Amino acid sequence: MSLEAREPGVGSRRFETFPGSHTRLPIPGNRHPCYPPSAPPNDVKSTLHKVCMNVKKRLLDGPRMNRAIRRMAIEILEKNRGTQDLIIVGIRSRGVPIAERMAREIEEMEGHPISSGILDITLYRDDLTTIAPQPVVKPTKLPEPIDDKIVVLVDDVLYTGRTVRAALDALIDFGRPKAVMLAVLIDRGHRELPIHADVIGKTVPTDAEEVIKVKLVETDGEDEVLIMEK
Amino acid sequence: MRTSTSALKSKDLLGIEPLLPEEIDLILDTAEGFKEVSERPVKKVPALRGQLVINLFMEASTRTRVSFEIAEKRLSADTLNFTASGSSVEKGETLIDTAENLVAMHPDMIVIRAKHPGAPKMLADRLPNVSIINAGDGSHEHPTQALLDAFTIRERLGRLAGVNVSIIGDIAHSRVVRSNIHLLTKMNANVTVAAPPTLIPSEIEKMGVRVVNSLDEAVEGADVIMMLRIQLERQGKLSFPSLREYYNTFGLTPERLKRANSEAIIMHPGPMNRGVEIASDVADDPRRSVILEQVTNGVAVRMAVLYLIGGAHNVE
Repeated sequence: MSLEAREPGVGSRRFETFPGSHTRLPIPGNRHPCYPPSAPPNDVKSTLHKVCMNVKKRLLDGPRMNRAIRRMAIEILEKNRGTQDLIIVGIRSRGVPIAERMAREIEEMEGHPISSGILDITLYRDDLTTIAPQPVVKPTKLPEPIDDKIVVLVDDVLYTGRTVRAALDALIDFGRPKAVMLAVLIDRGHRELPIHADVIGKTVPTDAEEVIKVKLVETDGEDEVLIMEK
Repeated sequence: MRTSTSALKSKDLLGIEPLLPEEIDLILDTAEGFKEVSERPVKKVPALRGQLVINLFMEASTRTRVSFEIAEKRLSADTLNFTASGSSVEKGETLIDTAENLVAMHPDMIVIRAKHPGAPKMLADRLPNVSIINAGDGSHEHPTQALLDAFTIRERLGRLAGVNVSIIGDIAHSRVVRSNIHLLTKMNANVTVAAPPTLIPSEIEKMGVRVVNSLDEAVEGADVIMMLRIQLERQGKLSFPSLREYYNTFGLTPERLKRANSEAIIMHPGPMNRGVEIASDVADDPRRSVILEQVTNGVAVRMAVLYLIGGAHNVE
């Protein structure tokens, strides 16, 4: 277990709360030591995953995230030479606030509002019949027909590429865009499909066992990106 | 504060009675996501691709059968419609034999409309590897109708808790009313039922509803007025002197509607008998009547049920 020296708060707190959590496995009563006593006993699997992770490194804090998002917005404008035909579409759930922030940055720079929407890709997932329980379905909201528009898909983390595959399939059901671009805050590698991002906030080489945790003020109360390990 | 859940507990949907309030919330919330699918240019998502759904309809139905079939097609499921007439049922094959033969062809879900109360439950108990969805069984339950009614109320009034719902008509023979009472009382709505005494089952108060004897009393202060059809096909003989007299005492007319809250909505599960339980002017009132919205919402609610049930059999 490696904890960064400047992150003693986070790391040591977890360590004290769940001592020895990474080596010992279930103790009498079928309760994992990582497992908070308040959680219901039949929910061990899902809770375990979240609780047993340790913060390895903080990749971005609030100001650095804001700078990255601003640069992403500038790159979008550069690549498209303006906002002509542009629609920014966030992929639920954490792509949505990032897309909204990019749209605000673009609006500030260009002086006029830009179309933005929300894409829910749940029903297009390729693992829908193998994961249980079923993921929650929420509406897709696109501001206008996407025919002949340049759609910028926005997500928090690009990993296997399967989410983006699902997003492309979902998007095509709404029309025929002139072009689709992909903007992600974090590209962590390990692609399983031939997909790449056009605009990237930060590229991070990772191990498959590590988890990237993106927290946003809108959804999690604070802005930061953490790299966690089991 | 109610806890939330992300899955249904059972592989089947047999009725509202066994559902928990959080499961009802889950279905209604999921239906909101699906309503948008029906407004897209391509009204189809690949969620149930490769799954086979058999619609086993042993009793006449327009809305429910069509609504389920549209919901299945919009989820990309393969569908097979099976009706009693023209099948081996006419040669004397029993329901359980028919169902077991259908199950031998590996469907994932069976949507069943049955004459006999409890038929879906019997199939669910006998067939562990297939999900059964009750699309109405005799005068027992019609869960997806109650769910789409609740969805419509929630969409129009913003909530279910504390809403005053008056259900007027053939309370005795209606599976819709039973499912609605179960659902609305679970969600803390106030339910009033009204009908001629011959059409009120004894001890219905034990289900947590208020019983009144006149339409005016029921309409007074109501937020939702749900009119029910007189089910002549389930009555041995007429439970009141004549249809005309029924209209005069229990038919909803514009005059009588004045006693309701000014924002009250009019619902009807269909099929309507205009001039029996409801006047045409009321049924077609563009501001208050949500009867066609109910039909639209039915597809979204059934998509939500199929989606949530369709994934449940994967739970280890």
